[in-house]
Amino acid sequence: MSSLSRKRWLRNRVQVRHILLYLFCILVFAFLLAPILVIIPMSFSSADFLQFPPPSFSLRWYENFFSRQDWLSATMLSLRVAIATSLLSTVLGIMAALALARTSFIGKDLIYAFIVSPMIVPAIIIAVAVLFVYARLRLVGSFLGLVLAHSVLALPYVVINVTASLRTFDIDLEKAAMSLGANRFQAFTKITLPLIRPGVFAGALFAFVISWDELVVALFVSGTKAITLPRRMWISLRQDIDPTIASIATLLVVFASVVLLVVELLRRRTNT
Amino acid sequence: MGSRGEAGQRTAGRRWRGLRALQSGPTAGLGLLLLPVLIYFLALYAYPLIGMLQRSFRDPATASLTLQYYEKLLNTPAVLRVFAGTFRLATTVTLVALVLGYPVAYLLSKLPRRTAGLLMILVLLPFWTSILVRSYSWMVILGRAGIVNSILQGLGIVSEPLKLMYNSFGVHIGMVHILLPFMILALYSVMQAIDRDLVKSAQSLGATPLQAFLRIFLPLSLPGIGSGCLLVFIQALGFYITPALLGGTSDRTISMAIDLYVNTVINWEFGAAIALVLFVVTFALFLIYNRILGLDRLFGG
Repeated sequence: MSSLSRKRWLRNRVQVRHILLYLFCILVFAFLLAPILVIIPMSFSSADFLQFPPPSFSLRWYENFFSRQDWLSATMLSLRVAIATSLLSTVLGIMAALALARTSFIGKDLIYAFIVSPMIVPAIIIAVAVLFVYARLRLVGSFLGLVLAHSVLALPYVVINVTASLRTFDIDLEKAAMSLGANRFQAFTKITLPLIRPGVFAGALFAFVISWDELVVALFVSGTKAITLPRRMWISLRQDIDPTIASIATLLVVFASVVLLVVELLRRRTNT
Repeated sequence: MGSRGEAGQRTAGRRWRGLRALQSGPTAGLGLLLLPVLIYFLALYAYPLIGMLQRSFRDPATASLTLQYYEKLLNTPAVLRVFAGTFRLATTVTLVALVLGYPVAYLLSKLPRRTAGLLMILVLLPFWTSILVRSYSWMVILGRAGIVNSILQGLGIVSEPLKLMYNSFGVHIGMVHILLPFMILALYSVMQAIDRDLVKSAQSLGATPLQAFLRIFLPLSLPGIGSGCLLVFIQALGFYITPALLGGTSDRTISMAIDLYVNTVINWEFGAAIALVLFVVTFALFLIYNRILGLDRLFGG
């Protein structure tokens, strides 16, 4: 074989390998996205039960969702819990992030690990442990109980996001403000906070979504009175898979896409 | 005149206070800001976990220390099978996620940053969609009258619907789908930092593309493989929703066993003992992760 044809043979082989790589990746992307996209046409089905392809299209399952009191009250509760969780964990998270980003002391790494560990500890363990405490304090089935437990799960995300944006913040700006007469609180609220806002906002959004989607802890501590939306969906999924779920799922996918876009935009702003 | 003097004094006073605060440094006393979070976490996280630990070692009737729940755990084959099954499940899911995720992360790291960023959004969309919604989607796809079976039957490939869920096949699919984005993120964050010139220079020195990949790129991407696999494995061990929805009776995971004993059998002490074992295993893996890779790597941060 001449060296020229060997080269061509090698190049072809490289090309074949590239095509295979692209094909494989397209398949993986299809695997990742298909299940999310497939929900959308199913939610507009007119059939009484899940049927593919849908015989014809209608909005009846959306109407069903918006006219059923149990679905709506669950949605409202989830919304309230998620907003409260987001507020609580953002305030606490900013404080922790400030301390972690700007001070150094022995055992700081340990404290950081402690604060982010709920991200890794299985939710079911936190759920069981919290249930034991709540049972004694009569917090099972209460709004407060859900918010307090969800904030434990959400705080790590706020701390990580805010710490990341504080790392790029130039502390001399705060010093300059203070040399011009601002006290420390003013320097923080007028100078630092506006500059780290993307990180704070991303953290708050993370916290909101964590609570909004949270099921495992809710299964244990929401009792019979505080039924959140995921809990209500769970009940419905285990009994009958009626297409109302598809309409809610579609709304949730749209919601998730919006959140994702906002977070991506924020991240870009933090990085530049 | 007088009012101006007063204002001037006030400004001077303010500036003085600012300077004093500056002297003590903008960081002095900031550590105190950790207190609220620490108190919160001690009350609602550490204290409940310690309570759970105590409960698993205490006889509720006599309030004396006992190891009976751990003995029971070791003597209940059903529970041991659940532990073994969950470890097997987590291992398989991790390996499948690695095999699917590695080429994707590799391609993403080769593409221009802008394109990679756009494609990354497609990886992150499932990540932001609730686990419940995604498990439900798989029920729609894999069910008896689901999309796959409708298509296969419509084409006359099968006459009877295939059993694709309520078995371990469904659990694996659903879990890989949920954990794959974590794997891709962990791999990508390491791969995009690898200097491509190293691969090129290996090739210019006579290595074939495959050799250059195996000898240069693959070893350099090992930290990503380690962090991705640990992250996925740890999470897979604690899975509850997906196996409960897509699995059959033989696909019970540790989390489902905990739920069973806490909510159905109402044996809280035994449930606590199982939860504690899961906690210890997870925590040990978490420490390994922290030790080898550092927490900064978590979530591609």
